[in-house]
Amino acid sequence: MSLFLIVALPFLGALLPGLMNSAGRAACAGVTFTITLIAFVGLLTNLPAVLAGELVTAGVPWLPGLGLNVTFMLDGLGFFFACLILGIGLLIITYARYYLAREDNMGEFFTYLLLFQGAMVGIVMSDNILLLLIFWELTSLSSFLLIGYWKHLPAGRQGARMALAVTGMGGLAMIGGMMILGNIVGSFELSVILQNKELIQASPLYLPALILILLGCFTKSAQFPFHFWLPHAMAAPTPVSAYLHSATMVKAGIFLMARMWSVLSGTPEWFILVTSAGLITMVLGAVIALFKHDLKALLAFSTVSHLGLITMLLGTGTAFGAMAAMFHILNHATFKAALFMAAGIVDHETKTRDIRILGGLRTLMPITFAITTLGALSMAGIPLLNGFLSKEMMLEEANRTALFNAPWLVPALATIGSLFSAAYCFRLIGHTFLGPVRESYPAKPHDPSIGLWGPPALLMIPVIAIGIAPFLAEPFVKLVTASVLGGEAEVPKAYFKIWHGLVPALYMSIVAVVGGLLLMIIYKPLQAGWDAVPRPEAKTIFDALVRAITSAARGFTHGLHNGAFTRYGAIFTLAVVGAGYYAYASGTVLPTTRAMSPIEIVPAAGWAMLVAATIGLMLLHRNRLMSLIMVSIVGLIVSVGFVYFSAPDLAMTQLTVDVVTLVLLLLALNFLPNRTPVESSAVLRLRDGAVAAIGGLAATAMAYHYLMRDAVETPISAFHVANSYKGGGGTNVVNVILVDFRGFDTYGEIIVLGIAALLIYALTETLLNGPVRARLLNRKPDQARAGDMHPMMMVVLTRVMMPVVLMVGFYIFLRGHNEPGGGFIAGLVVSIAVVMQYMASGLAWANARIRYPYHGVIGTGVLVAGLCGIGSWLVAKPFMTTDFTYVRIPPFNEFELATALVFDLGVFLTVVGAVMLSLESFSRLARRAHVPDTDYPMDIDPSRDDPPEPPAPQPNLKEGV
Amino acid sequence: MELLVASAIGAMTAGGIYLMLRLRTFPVILGIAMLTYAVNVFLFASGRLTVGSAPVLREGVTNYADPLPQALALTAIVISFGMTAVVVMIALGSYLGSNDDHVNDPAEPDAEDRT
Repeated sequence: MSLFLIVALPFLGALLPGLMNSAGRAACAGVTFTITLIAFVGLLTNLPAVLAGELVTAGVPWLPGLGLNVTFMLDGLGFFFACLILGIGLLIITYARYYLAREDNMGEFFTYLLLFQGAMVGIVMSDNILLLLIFWELTSLSSFLLIGYWKHLPAGRQGARMALAVTGMGGLAMIGGMMILGNIVGSFELSVILQNKELIQASPLYLPALILILLGCFTKSAQFPFHFWLPHAMAAPTPVSAYLHSATMVKAGIFLMARMWSVLSGTPEWFILVTSAGLITMVLGAVIALFKHDLKALLAFSTVSHLGLITMLLGTGTAFGAMAAMFHILNHATFKAALFMAAGIVDHETKTRDIRILGGLRTLMPITFAITTLGALSMAGIPLLNGFLSKEMMLEEANRTALFNAPWLVPALATIGSLFSAAYCFRLIGHTFLGPVRESYPAKPHDPSIGLWGPPALLMIPVIAIGIAPFLAEPFVKLVTASVLGGEAEVPKAYFKIWHGLVPALYMSIVAVVGGLLLMIIYKPLQAGWDAVPRPEAKTIFDALVRAITSAARGFTHGLHNGAFTRYGAIFTLAVVGAGYYAYASGTVLPTTRAMSPIEIVPAAGWAMLVAATIGLMLLHRNRLMSLIMVSIVGLIVSVGFVYFSAPDLAMTQLTVDVVTLVLLLLALNFLPNRTPVESSAVLRLRDGAVAAIGGLAATAMAYHYLMRDAVETPISAFHVANSYKGGGGTNVVNVILVDFRGFDTYGEIIVLGIAALLIYALTETLLNGPVRARLLNRKPDQARAGDMHPMMMVVLTRVMMPVVLMVGFYIFLRGHNEPGGGFIAGLVVSIAVVMQYMASGLAWANARIRYPYHGVIGTGVLVAGLCGIGSWLVAKPFMTTDFTYVRIPPFNEFELATALVFDLGVFLTVVGAVMLSLESFSRLARRAHVPDTDYPMDIDPSRDDPPEPPAPQPNLKEGV
Repeated sequence: MELLVASAIGAMTAGGIYLMLRLRTFPVILGIAMLTYAVNVFLFASGRLTVGSAPVLREGVTNYADPLPQALALTAIVISFGMTAVVVMIALGSYLGSNDDHVNDPAEPDAEDRT
């Protein structure tokens, strides 16, 4: 089966358990099992090739520019780990099916489990190290979900968070390390990196890369001083502990060290870092494990210890050490997964994992007892079980290793570690299963169904088989070792056998086992002594560290972001000016190439009005109505300026936009206070004035600099002018650019406009349906209202003007392609015509006469413009290709028909809809409870026979608009 | 003439920034509107100044004002209406909801209370 499929299967399959949830627990577990089984069988189809020593590969380029490709490879090492992941995965899925309680969401669990499985398979098969990093992070994330699966347990949530923080941080370090490695070699493909040992080790960046990568490996594999997260992750359901924390995820760091072994190992740095971390972890984990009362905590620390052992073996940098490490990974995965599952069974059946209140389960749970005993004895290193063999190899390797020039150090520590290891194994058996049967347990213990004990029992087969006939495992372990060594060293000739003669390792083993038994005899005083000694609690330190970091970050953020937006504005302005000045000062300044055109009197007068209005605005801004007038003057001068500087389209747009904006702001002012009180001190105003002056001067300087020089590159505009008529069929180049050359831009812009209008509508709805509603309805206007708010003269005038304005809009729209005008301007003009009706006769009257809701108009506009663009597909042209033709329909003259006109119609409709929806939303806020809606266009109508009841009580407090 | 346009852009920018730094919503909105004018004129001016030759093709005329900045500024003007309307709506909603039209957040409560 293709490697792609093997990696993809768990990810694709992860969709299924959630869907199968309602089909029942069996279906849920069944589908998960099937997916894993298919992937496992697919993996096995590659076995012949792997056995033949071939490198199975599969790959496609993904982002070749970044060196990120989806390339997979499968060699002995990858095959070994994939086998563990999928094979033990099958057992775990079966176990979990019976372990999870009825109220647990099984679909969710199996989805997470498959995600994790896919990520793990991805790690061990990735050829590209960037791809490997992605999978690496995915394991951190999916294990976070799995550890925190029981969301209701605080321990689960905290444990998940701690695991994510530690492994995630290590992952970040590793990204850095991998990047350095990739840059040294010049490739991110593992197969290339593994060929460049000399290059990597000679690089000055070797040490930083090594440290960063090891940080990733040590955090993932719970090596000292990062070992503390693993015991807290035991809050996870037991299948997760058995899967992630014994057989797979914690081995990912080990896997990577093995994968990189052939290029990174063999240096003093590697030796000291890896071996000492491994040794410390091994001894520390074993000592702590002995004194843990929680079954799973004991197993967790024993896992920490064994991971340390494997790390230490990889650290020695010899071929024999690597082989022993591989062998021990295999053995550890089998007995430790089984032990976790057995501990889960004890927990499941007796409802406790506390060794102190257990004991005597031997007769009550014989099957579990048998499994645990076999597993624990193997872990303790008792002959005829597989743990003995790899432990012997470890001791032999330790015996040959001299750390810090002290030949006794490593053997002594290894023996002490083994001694404590044997002791906790004996304690696990003795204190849980042996001893007298207790009078009561939290629940009545009995052996579970085969669904729970079957999977760990199956794992006992390799434990015993390899233990009795080690030659069975020999060819496979040597194959894996060969791919670890990668041709850097010969695979050792050593035979796998039980009896090696009276070698030092055997004596060390005997010392460890006998010492372990002795420790059990004096366990009680030992435990008392252990409890009396104060020890640092990793979780407390970790929590304090996290708290310190978050409070420092919060202090920093709050110091900068204190909620004073005006201050941000000032800082932002100065920062922009500073950056601009830096760019100007550090860049090349070209000489001026344009002559200044002479200043004429009329433009100078316009300039004076603009500047005067701006100054007036700054001085008079407390009077809000006055400030609005000042802004309008500025807008008017800008429009006139556009006319003067050859931009009639802009002028028309600016003028019409200003009209609707003014109406909008007046509507808003209706609700807001009409004066701005004096609040800031004179110093503050002076500061703001200075900032404003700096900003203004900078803008002047930049604009002036710009205007006095020609463009550095030839602008694209010449193309637009040349092709406007030939290609677009229009003589108004601005309009042709809008609807043709850059039609896609315009399309996006009308969508934005439509969204803005809908947003305003939504906000209005929220206001009108919320607590503000009552306030709005009962609001007392702060100014006297006109008695005749829909005056006859205005009503008549606007009605008369309506068709005229519509006609003008129509004209502007049609001529837009060739003369100044177009959809935008026509839309604004028509909007103003409609707004006038609202102003004259009021919201209720006008709304009653609107036949199409404005939302629909916006939608239609966007749709028309979009369909016009899609239409070009029908003639096999790219999106938004336009066409035009000239037709003659007597008695008219020949005229042009352009598809761009349809697009412009879409623009027109969107603009009308958006402007009207915004204004209408604002005016809906103005409705008040005591002002009845009237269906008459005007208040005083001489032609009406039955004048409406005059709203007598408040004749001068009526509604505007 | 270039100096007039440049200084007008500068004046509008300065006015816009000053109003933007005020403490109440309404002047801030007007400040943003002023900045919009300044930016739109600046955008337009990036085509350099041309008098009396609108980019509408005519027989025999070869020199036209740069049409591209005009097209870009045109949509910017229309969009700025949408933006102003949204900002006004937000300001209005906040004022109606809290009877307070200050721009700045009130003084920070004790930092620990927020977590």
